[in-house]
Amino acid sequence: MIMLPEVGHYLLILAMMFAFVLAVLPMVGYFKRNAILLSTAKPLTYVMTILTCASFVVLAIAFAQDDFSVLYVSQNSNSLLPIWYKVSAVWGGHEGSLLLWITILTLWAALLALKSHTLPNSTGPVVLSVLGIIATGFLAFILFTSSPFLRLLPDQPVDGVDLNPLLQDIGLIIHPPMLYMGYVGFSVAFAFAIAALITGNLNASWARWARPWTNVSWAFLTLGIALGSWWAYYELGWGGWWFWDPVENASLMPWLAGTALIHSLAVTEKRGVFKSWTVLLAIFTFSLSLLGTFLVRSGVLTSVHAFASDPTRGVFILALLVIIIGSSLFLYALRASQVKSKVSFGLTGRESWLLINNILLTILTLTVLLGTLYPLIFDAFDLGKISVGAPYFNAVFSPIALLLIIFMGIAPLAKWHNTKGSLLWRMSWLPAILATALSSLVFTFHDFDAYLWLSFAIALWLVLMCVRDWLDKVLSTRQSLWQRACKLPRHYYGMQLAHLGVAVSLIGVIFVSMNSTETIVRMAPGDRVTVAHYDFEFLGTRHVEGPNYTADTGIINVYENGENIAQMLPQKRLYQARQQMMTEAALNPGFTRDLYISLGERLEGDAWGIRIYVKSFVRWIWLGGLLMMAGGLLAAWDKRYRRKTGA
Amino acid sequence: MHPVRKKRMTIIAVILTVFAAATGLVMYALSQNINLFYSPTQIAAGEAPQNVTIRAGGMVVDNSVERKKDSLDVAFMVTDYQHTVRIEYSGILPDLFREGQGIVAQGKLDGRGVLIASEVLAKHDEEYMPPEVTDALEKAKAQ
Repeated sequence: MIMLPEVGHYLLILAMMFAFVLAVLPMVGYFKRNAILLSTAKPLTYVMTILTCASFVVLAIAFAQDDFSVLYVSQNSNSLLPIWYKVSAVWGGHEGSLLLWITILTLWAALLALKSHTLPNSTGPVVLSVLGIIATGFLAFILFTSSPFLRLLPDQPVDGVDLNPLLQDIGLIIHPPMLYMGYVGFSVAFAFAIAALITGNLNASWARWARPWTNVSWAFLTLGIALGSWWAYYELGWGGWWFWDPVENASLMPWLAGTALIHSLAVTEKRGVFKSWTVLLAIFTFSLSLLGTFLVRSGVLTSVHAFASDPTRGVFILALLVIIIGSSLFLYALRASQVKSKVSFGLTGRESWLLINNILLTILTLTVLLGTLYPLIFDAFDLGKISVGAPYFNAVFSPIALLLIIFMGIAPLAKWHNTKGSLLWRMSWLPAILATALSSLVFTFHDFDAYLWLSFAIALWLVLMCVRDWLDKVLSTRQSLWQRACKLPRHYYGMQLAHLGVAVSLIGVIFVSMNSTETIVRMAPGDRVTVAHYDFEFLGTRHVEGPNYTADTGIINVYENGENIAQMLPQKRLYQARQQMMTEAALNPGFTRDLYISLGERLEGDAWGIRIYVKSFVRWIWLGGLLMMAGGLLAAWDKRYRRKTGA
Repeated sequence: MHPVRKKRMTIIAVILTVFAAATGLVMYALSQNINLFYSPTQIAAGEAPQNVTIRAGGMVVDNSVERKKDSLDVAFMVTDYQHTVRIEYSGILPDLFREGQGIVAQGKLDGRGVLIASEVLAKHDEEYMPPEVTDALEKAKAQ
């Protein structure tokens, strides 16, 4: 058993060999029209996947068994760490999270191989082969620069330095796998696009195959981002839900591009237009996923997320990035000129509305990209070290996003090719008036702010337009509402759900910024403070021993209208192995408001600096994310993707 | 004009207008929200502007942290081992703030050459050093 880490390393080397063979043989088979070589793609994919997963399991066993002779285990675990954190510590650091990345890639590839019987005979192997190329690159990256299996022999440490306390949390157990499922899942759409360029089969069928895969990846990415935001909210101890941090932006950019891709795939599949744009978008989306990995892993940016990093890794992954993106764009330049769209569309057709969607989402992606990379560009030209603050992103992002949401209300009820102006008018006048009126009504109870008023009206507009569209589709004199509602396809409900999710998140964002109260106060035992309409009484602190930390727990009674509604227990923890301080916020969650308390520092005597926040509707932000995810999954499970398509 | 060409022109015109508007917005927002980093040496040499939001950072000097007894006001010095800058802040310092650690603060310089910080940046990891601070230390050492 003592050899287990070496076995893991060996499995990973074998996986890379198989990935390389997968990258070569089926591709050669395609060009030589050799059916035997083409047929190797599926078994090679399965072997590569099994080897990679086995290697991942070996690393997890090393963590579970406290094998501190393994450098990576000793840096990210500790014998006192609870077992579920030991397992999630596998992806708590750089090496392991890359191993998770590649494991998920191979799992996607294996799933694709399982489903590839629905594809024409030559397409499936080429798609798998493209995934093999990506897998080879990343496995080489792990093996040459970041192997998690390196040993500390003979001087093995008695105990590990522990997992970073910030990561000892349920949110961080599930956030990275979900995020990576999304990031890496876009590689499937990318592989379909590249395969379409290689085979020259740039008709609408590739879009049809890529759609469910893209939807599912997008759903996972949505969940991953929402979980990350939720985690940052309660674990960083300052109660924000989005910081425009480079690492957050790194996950937001593929999400924005992926959202555009979902819509343009729909147009390409249904109408056969935007063909070359959709291919380009698939390439961009995955490139942004790779860029995200590079930004997070190279440490080139100052970020609250940045962990200690090693520049050689940055160079390697940058090279990988340049090769993958460069060669796909080169291929695109060679092939895309042959694509001609034969179908035309009118200016009022749904194609045009979705074109607007794509333009706005592309602009949003570019503005985030610019803000994120601007410090790097500035530095590269030796103009000084700068940072681009959250005000930039808020100022640029929110007006464009609001514009996009206005159009989100209209596009679903537009018809393909051409929409009569009278139809748009008939459907939208009532929701527009209602949204304006309701928003105005809400603001009679609140200080008026024109921008928030407009934002809220837009959120309501989107909800009402979704309802209006549904009513239009189900109301009929001949059948009952229920019968017609059941007849509507799943992808329609998926779309509606995702769009409503956007509205729900937007409402959350508006109310958090409009109606939240944030105070930072100095409190000694016995002190009382009123925040919003709640009274907070600080009773003092008591000492608590955790499994791998000691803590001061603050005891705070909360009163509403003189009635004690809760006792909240925020903690200040000291993790022993790293001697690292951690703030554990106390939450009293609710559907319409959260109470949020975190301990700052101990000041004189028993007095503490304490943050007390009352946050309105903050949960709606993540609830919207969950709705979007559910919508994406529902759309992907539509019956129409089950049918076999002819070669 | 031919109807197809007319439609194409309309689409291109719309795209260009939207991009132009977005570019304008981006340029304006960037010009307002870029925060330059200055090292203690640069601040001592008077290179940093007053009353403009900037970033400054260095190593927190040992025994330099002073707290007010009755409020959340705190002051400390950061150094690049050539010069030091005093930073004043009101609020709760991040968990990983410690003497001897590299930090970055964002705020405005007042007439005394003191940085009145609106934000002191937290890091996730105690081994992590902000790249600006590393750079500032190297430059100061080279002098």
